Formats: sequence, structure tokens, C-alpha cells
Amino acid sequence: MLRYMARRLVILLLSLFVAAIVLFVLLRLLPGDPANALVGVGATPEQIAAAQAQIGSDQPLAAQFVTYLGDLARFDLGKSFVSRAPVLEEISRRLSVTLPLTLSAFLLSMLIAIPLGILAAVKSDRWYGLLLSVVSQVGIAVPVFWLGVLLVYVFALNLRLLPSGGFPLRGYGDPARAVTSMVLPVLTIALIMSASLMRYVRAATLEVLGSDFLRTARALGESRTGALMRHGLRNAAVPVISVLGIELSTTFLGAVVVEQVFSLPGMGSMLLLGIQQRDYPNIQGVLIISTLLVLLTGFLADLLQRVLDPRLRKEARR
Amino acid sequence: MSTVQTARPMGKGRRSRGNATYWLGLVLVGVIVLAGLVSFVWTPYALSDMVGGRLEAPSLQHWAGTDRLGRDLFTQLMIGARIALIVGCGAVGIGAAIGVTTGLLAAFATRFLDDALAAVFDILIAFPTLLIAMLVVAAREEASLGTAILALGIGLSPIVGRITRILTKQVLGQDYITAARVSGTSWGAIVFWHILPNIAPFLGVNLALQFGLAVMAEASLSYLGLGAPPPNASWGRMLQEAQGTVYTAPWGAFLPGLALFALVIGINLLADGLRDRFDPTKGAA
Repeated sequence: MLRYMARRLVILLLSLFVAAIVLFVLLRLLPGDPANALVGVGATPEQIAAAQAQIGSDQPLAAQFVTYLGDLARFDLGKSFVSRAPVLEEISRRLSVTLPLTLSAFLLSMLIAIPLGILAAVKSDRWYGLLLSVVSQVGIAVPVFWLGVLLVYVFALNLRLLPSGGFPLRGYGDPARAVTSMVLPVLTIALIMSASLMRYVRAATLEVLGSDFLRTARALGESRTGALMRHGLRNAAVPVISVLGIELSTTFLGAVVVEQVFSLPGMGSMLLLGIQQRDYPNIQGVLIISTLLVLLTGFLADLLQRVLDPRLRKEARR
Repeated sequence: MSTVQTARPMGKGRRSRGNATYWLGLVLVGVIVLAGLVSFVWTPYALSDMVGGRLEAPSLQHWAGTDRLGRDLFTQLMIGARIALIVGCGAVGIGAAIGVTTGLLAAFATRFLDDALAAVFDILIAFPTLLIAMLVVAAREEASLGTAILALGIGLSPIVGRITRILTKQVLGQDYITAARVSGTSWGAIVFWHILPNIAPFLGVNLALQFGLAVMAEASLSYLGLGAPPPNASWGRMLQEAQGTVYTAPWGAFLPGLALFALVIGINLLADGLRDRFDPTKGAA
């Protein structure tokens, strides 16, 4: 297990390195010099040259690349072109919105999808089992911003239970408002996420229900529920965990749309603003931190799978 | 669904339910395709004419009501169907062109190149299509329909690439490929005559699902203001524009979302139905 962890950690660092290279290439492929974005329209050549010297875009690409890697190694993500604030500071402020948003949506969706998915599989011959699988199939096609707007229409505008969007300026200094402003966004993400998650849980449970070891357990006198609880769930969990990992990272990155619906100041809206303002350091920073989080999630999912499934631990190589 | 043909008596229950959803999918997609095609020759009003009052409710004159500038929403919905179809076809076309080529390349390549390409597919798939598309849009100077299509096509390509690679490897392991090689068939001919026809059904079903993804992602891009600029009425942008007036005029936000939902679920049902038809291990026994 330790050897596996070490190997997996090396892969993690390597992928991060590859991602850093891809990002560098991608951002340098953008048309125009980022210095132009810094000084704005109608700048004199001298101003542009000064800006180039300031951000180093007049250096040869190789030199730029070395500086870039050095900065990354020191966790220096630079300063925003627009606000001149350190990128990392801005990101940590916005993560305090995006992380609670995605994590609580993630937890909620597990609470919804895992019991219902198992129920849909166990009772697949009953009308409500069928109904559950139809609901999850339908849920996958629901556009996330549409659901968000519908929830706002019902809960914020008609029932007036919750705010329709925004986040208190003082952030968590105003805890009641901060929490209530998160309820609808969390619900939006959680509902969409549980639809697809439920399908996977249902499929994994069905697979286990048809397995030989469960039949053996039944033959040895265990009840259907008992056999499923004792032997089935752990087996069904293994494929579900890799799906959970992917869902968590897509939710984190996909939060951009939900943040926009509810005007939350999170990572997604930072990226969107960065794209609109051509604020390259901010774009780059958001992408690097997101990549790191995505890779970390995958890493944790892989480890968890090995903890649950001894067969994976024995398997020396792919 | 009275047109369901029950030609197969075996496994009737599953089969007929599969057929019913297949036809439902066909109808949903058919209606939207029809609306999109008709929009080329006829729409109730001109797209940007302010023909009614502001935020009118649906009526006989304006089947879906009007927006805050008094423009006809049904017209916009029809044009939106056209845009969704163009984007879906374009993005899937580009995604398939890049994805199938790289996927085939990976399947035929040396171990090292294959591993490298597979790793790149995996890394890129970890990022949602929407995010990759946002970056490509950011890389272009201005937003346009073409940029959105290109961006989504690039965003879809790793998914197609990975599936093509896996399917191709399965086919390459078959005895008839060895037989074809032994009898002197060139690799190019093998790709053309053996591999592509064999992976086509599965790839086709998957591309249909990607179509749904692309349409959804385009709507998200437009919703975020990174999609096709104003003369094009994308469902995502309609929804975004109507969001501010959702309390007084809910249909303006409700209908574009409903259209998008109908198209995506229609495509998913259709793809499921096609998979059941192509999969010889199911149904016809």
C-alpha cells in the first residue's frame, strides 16, 4: 500500500507538471501579447514596451518558461492585471465560497443518490423502483442553469423563503445571510448531480445483486438485505467511488454556471471575469489551482478504492 | 406510441418499453429538427422586429409570448432550435474528426505513444467540455458561432478519442484482422474496411450522446455570454436574458430551458434505443 501510494504520488506530481506545461503553451498561444491587455487600447509603443518588460513577455519563450516554473514551485501565481492584487489571495477568498458550495452539494447528492440508487436496484421490479430510474434518467437532461432559475422562481420569488442570489459583502462575517444564500445553489448542484450518481449506484448494485458471491451468501442462509449489507455494498462501492471522484471534480469546475445564476463570488466567476477582462494571471491561477484539486480528488479516489478492495492492492501493475 | 411495431415476441416486456422510449426520443428530436429546418424558410415574425408589447404572455399572436423588447419568443425558439442543431452537428463533426483520428493513431501506435495519448485523453477528460470550450473561446479574439462550434468540438474530442482507441483495440485483437493481414491487406485498407465499419455502431451511439452534451454546453456558453453574439438566438442566451424578468414573465425563462431539456432527453432516449438495436446480446434471441 505504501509503495502504491508513493508511486501514485509520483504520477500525481508528473501529471501536475504536464498540466503546467499544457497551460503555459495554451496561454502563450492566445493571440496578442498579454502586455496589450495590461495597458489597454490606444497605448503608445513605449507604454507597451514598458508593460512587456514588467510582465516579462519580451523575454524569449524558454526564459519565460523557466521563470514560470520557478514561480510555480514557490507558489507564486503573480498579480492580477486588473486589480493588481496577488492572485493566490484572490483565489483563497473565492475558494471560501466555491469549496463549501461544491462539498456540501456533493455530500447532499450522496445522501440523496446512494439510498435511492440502492432502492431503485433492489426494487427494480416495483413501480417505485422503475419511477426512480425514470426520474434519474430525466434528471440527467435537465440544464443546470434552468433548474437554478426555476428554483429561484419558486423558492425566492414566489414563496420568498430564500434569497435569489448574491453573497453578503462581509462574507462569513454575516453567517446567517451567507448560509441562506448558499441553500439554493447547493440544492441546484446536488439535484443535478444525484440524478447521474443514482444511475451509477443503481447499476453497481444491480451488478452485485446478480453476482455469484451474493447467491452463495443467500444459500448460506443470509437474508437478501443482510447479504447485500454485509457483502454487497462494499463491492458496489468500488466502481461508484471512481464516479464520485469524477463528479466532484466536474462539479468543482462546473460551478461556474451555478455561480453565475446566483451571482456568487466563487472560482468560476473569477475565471469568467478573467476571460472577459483578459486577465491572464487570474486565468492561469484559477486553472492551476483547479487542476491541482482535480488531480488530488482522483488521487484520493484511487486510494479509497484500494482500501475497500483488496484485489486491487494485489494487482501489481495494470 | 401507437406505431410501435411488435415484431419480436421474445422478451416482450423489456423490448416494448425500450421501443416506446425510442419512439418518444425520435418524436422529441423530430419536432425540434423540424422546427429548426422550418426556421430557414418561415418564422412567425422577423427575429429582431419588436412586434408586440413588452413581456407579453403567450397568446394567439405570440405563441410563446414576447421578450422585454417586445420581440416574438416563438420565433427566437425556432431560431434557437436551428442554432442548437448547427452547433451539435458541427461540434460532433469536429470532435469526431479529431477524436477518431487520434484514437486510431493511439490504437496503432507503439506502446509508448499509445500510453502517452491515453494519458492525455484521461487528463483532458477530467476537465469538463465546457471549461475547455471556455478557454478556446478566450483564445479567440471575438465570440462567434464558429468559435463556439470549434471550441466545443475540441472539448469533445478527447472523449471520442478514448472510446475510439478502446473500440479499435478490441477489433484489432480479432482473428479476422490477423487473417486480413496474412492475406496481404494493407493497414489503411484494414482501417477502412474492417475497423471503421465494426466500431461505427457503438461510436455512433456515443456520438449521439456527445451531441446532447455539445448542445447543453453551447447553451451554457451562451448563458455565460461566451457563445454566439446577439443576432443568433441561442436558448442559453434567451434564458440568461429572461432571468432578470422571471418573476413577471416566467415563460421567457421556462420555455428555452424546456426546449433544451426536450432535445437532450430526446437524444439520450434515441441513443439508448439505438444501442439496444445494435447490441446483438440484447433483445432478438
